[in-house]
Amino acid sequence: MSHKIGVIGNGNSVLIYKMLGFDVFFTENDQEASAKIDELAENEYGVIYVTERVAENISETIQKYDDKMLPAIILIPDQTGSRGIGKRRVQENVKKAVGQDIL
Amino acid sequence: MARLNVNPTRVELTRLKERLDLASRGHKLLKDKQDELMRQFISLIRENNELRNEVEEKIEAGMKSYAIASALLHDNFLSEVMTTPSQSVSLNIDQENIMNIRVPQMNFNYEDTPDDVSDILYGYLNSNGELDLAIEQMLDVMPRMLELAEVEKRCQMMADEIEKTRRRVNALEYMTIPQLEETIYFIEMKLEEDERAEITRLIKVKDMGD
Repeated sequence: MSHKIGVIGNGNSVLIYKMLGFDVFFTENDQEASAKIDELAENEYGVIYVTERVAENISETIQKYDDKMLPAIILIPDQTGSRGIGKRRVQENVKKAVGQDIL
Repeated sequence: MARLNVNPTRVELTRLKERLDLASRGHKLLKDKQDELMRQFISLIRENNELRNEVEEKIEAGMKSYAIASALLHDNFLSEVMTTPSQSVSLNIDQENIMNIRVPQMNFNYEDTPDDVSDILYGYLNSNGELDLAIEQMLDVMPRMLELAEVEKRCQMMADEIEKTRRRVNALEYMTIPQLEETIYFIEMKLEEDERAEITRLIKVKDMGD
């Protein structure tokens, strides 16, 4: 089955992803961002890249899709650099599964 | 450990023994599942960690170049340039079954992928060298980004499943099985005691007849 790839970010920081052939969406605030994620998930997007700055305050919406097969929500840094949220999510997975941080 | 609230009868004893048998078999299976999941998870999560570090580093570098490029260009020109993607990517997702968890297997198809940055189609007029550099860097990181999406999703789902399995293994190991064992022991003792009481009673009755 064919799926699309989306990118959600604020401002024109994510505009460059259009060049790579992804669908790019801009959101101004948290409500808009989480509504957009829900909308994309319904529309059969397979992967949604969300910038860490947008994802910062809507972790509930993002966690909602953690145990679903689709979509995969992946956090990416924006032009202000990595905030460590994406890395923290990886570490949380390790802690959840292993019980301690082995990385 | 609490004993189950059952009547100490032979029928109940047989029933409980069957349950204990089933619980032990279930526990062994789940334990095996947990071990195998953990083995796969650990190698996958290491890959995930390395990929994420690499991708984040490269995206940051790309974003820095892009920030410089966009500072030198008018926003309108920039969005105009970006309206014609240089390539398109499509995504096919299949299901793969790892220890009964359905994880996505992603296949990406690139169409018209530019071999290098010189194939990118936009005018010289409203663009600059920094933009070329930024796009080149992003094109470079893209396959790794897609790989990261697959690996990270798998890790997430496996972590959830491992947590669930561990809870079930522990419930069986520390609750169900000890409870059953204790109840079985109690019923066996009770039945033996009844038997001894019966014999004593018979001897007593026989004594009275003499």
